[in-house]
Amino acid sequence: MPQGARLGTGAVATAIAAIVLAVAGGLTIGPVDIATLDVVRELVDGLPFVELDSGLSTTEAAIVTQIRLPRVVLGLMVGASLSLSGAAYQGAFRNPLADPYLLGIAAGAGLGATIAITEGLGDGAGVLDAVPLAAFVGGLGAVWISYLAGNVAGRSPVTLILAGVAVASFLTALQTYVLQANSDVIREVYTWILGRIGTSGWNEPALLAPYFLISVAVVLRYRRALDVLAVGDEEAASLGVDPGRVRLVVVLAASLGAAAAVAVSGLIGFVGIIVPHTVRLAFGASNRIVLPLSVLFGAAFMVAADLAARTVLEPAELPIGVVTAFIGAPFFALVLRSSRKEVW
Amino acid sequence: MSAAVSVEGLAVTLGDTVVLREVDLDVAAGEWVNVIGPNGAGKTTLLRALLGAVDFDGRIGINGRSDGDAMSRARAVAYVPQSPVVPPGVPVIDYVLLGRTPHRGLFQAHSGHDLDVAAEVLDRLDLGRFARREVNTLSGGERQRVVMARALAQESSIVLLDEPTTALDLGHQQDMLDLVDALRSERGLTVLATLHDLTLAARYGDRIAVLSDGVIVADGGPSDILTESLISAHFGADVRIIDDVDGPIIVPAVRRPNRESP
Repeated sequence: MPQGARLGTGAVATAIAAIVLAVAGGLTIGPVDIATLDVVRELVDGLPFVELDSGLSTTEAAIVTQIRLPRVVLGLMVGASLSLSGAAYQGAFRNPLADPYLLGIAAGAGLGATIAITEGLGDGAGVLDAVPLAAFVGGLGAVWISYLAGNVAGRSPVTLILAGVAVASFLTALQTYVLQANSDVIREVYTWILGRIGTSGWNEPALLAPYFLISVAVVLRYRRALDVLAVGDEEAASLGVDPGRVRLVVVLAASLGAAAAVAVSGLIGFVGIIVPHTVRLAFGASNRIVLPLSVLFGAAFMVAADLAARTVLEPAELPIGVVTAFIGAPFFALVLRSSRKEVW
Repeated sequence: MSAAVSVEGLAVTLGDTVVLREVDLDVAAGEWVNVIGPNGAGKTTLLRALLGAVDFDGRIGINGRSDGDAMSRARAVAYVPQSPVVPPGVPVIDYVLLGRTPHRGLFQAHSGHDLDVAAEVLDRLDLGRFARREVNTLSGGERQRVVMARALAQESSIVLLDEPTTALDLGHQQDMLDLVDALRSERGLTVLATLHDLTLAARYGDRIAVLSDGVIVADGGPSDILTESLISAHFGADVRIIDDVDGPIIVPAVRRPNRESP
């Protein structure tokens, strides 16, 4: 008897292997070479009730637990958030071009960060730093305005997308204006916009974690609902599903994760497009497959991209947005060309 | 027989347009009623109101109830749209399993029973061999059967068909309507269909309701309803009606320019 689509163990195993590889690279490669086995010992030693001598010096141990590990963890969460929200938007809007910035998150966060930087609020430390907070508020605010403007009952979701485009243009114009009036901070703002997985200890991962967890939990819970939405609003309604409500919940949850990721890491482009589409082409179009695998592969991809960002021009660091586009775009073109499947 | 669908004083306004003004229509359990009417008469809107997809005034009773939530209505009423949205990359079996949504809820995985129902429906519609094929790779006729299979997987007693034959050639039109008729008697389905083709509407089903300008203007057996004057008045068409054992045949009369008029 035929079975329905399901998440294959092979696909999950591949994704986990990719994460393990990326994490191992992220923890061991850098200006100070540290052996993988020592890193594993050090991490195991960090577990409660376990005493183990990793053989690392205090400095090396600190590099692993206070510099590289938080950075890897942040990369995992940012990558997972951005690709999951891209996948969720694509499902909710039935639009392959939807990405996490569709409803103005990037423009809103950009405006928030620009204002915070020009006002000189960016010097606070870690969790209470005004820049991520302003970016987060700006990003979510933009989504909210887009929703108010574009969510008209009985209209197609394209109306909402168009509202997002309008809101994004408006906020970008505002941001440009603010920036022109404060040209001394252009460089700083530009650096923020290009994105980075930078950490000061565990502050950023701690800041992102709650939003990340809520976003992933809610969006994944709605994976079957998004499969129903794929047949269009009218038919979804005939199957007992309220398409407007499903879209609202999924978009809000995805936006929460994306805005939080943007707040701590800037505007890292392209991840929300390439990861979900690659997963779709390789493993199947059902949201029961695409959403969970986007979380896993997005996490692995971002850690790998960050590794490249900080090692290619060592000791200088490339903006990670450059890396994700530079590796991601050609790879994605290759995937698109070689795939025989039609998933959109 | 009790009414499976009962519509009283139904009015629907979309934007500033009054689409349905005062629609009264009863469909008995097990009956097949075809709704005909010119373009823009409100046929699809009537079906959408029955699905709860548009806001309306008046009363709609489904199996005697008018207070059901969306899920319970979906267990009672299935819908085959005129142009189904077929998501790319979705295998037939997954598409048909969507019909089980009102039974399993939004967050539950499908059960073994859901799979059994889907497999039975696929077998019945001769689609078993397509189970793993992607719906968007099938031909128009096969695709229409797959959409029908999804509706049957809902196991609802009422099926709404919106122009089920529009995209099909003559042979597939006949196959489709024969299939609906067979399923109706096998499963005791109540069928409410909109049809453009008046001859087909006269040949299949028990009754015809004529919807024009937002009201039901005539309702009854095909031979009583389909008259040259009614069709002229509501469709703006000059037709000739030919009697046939299977029901009246409606053909367009050739309009010749009247040379004697000034």
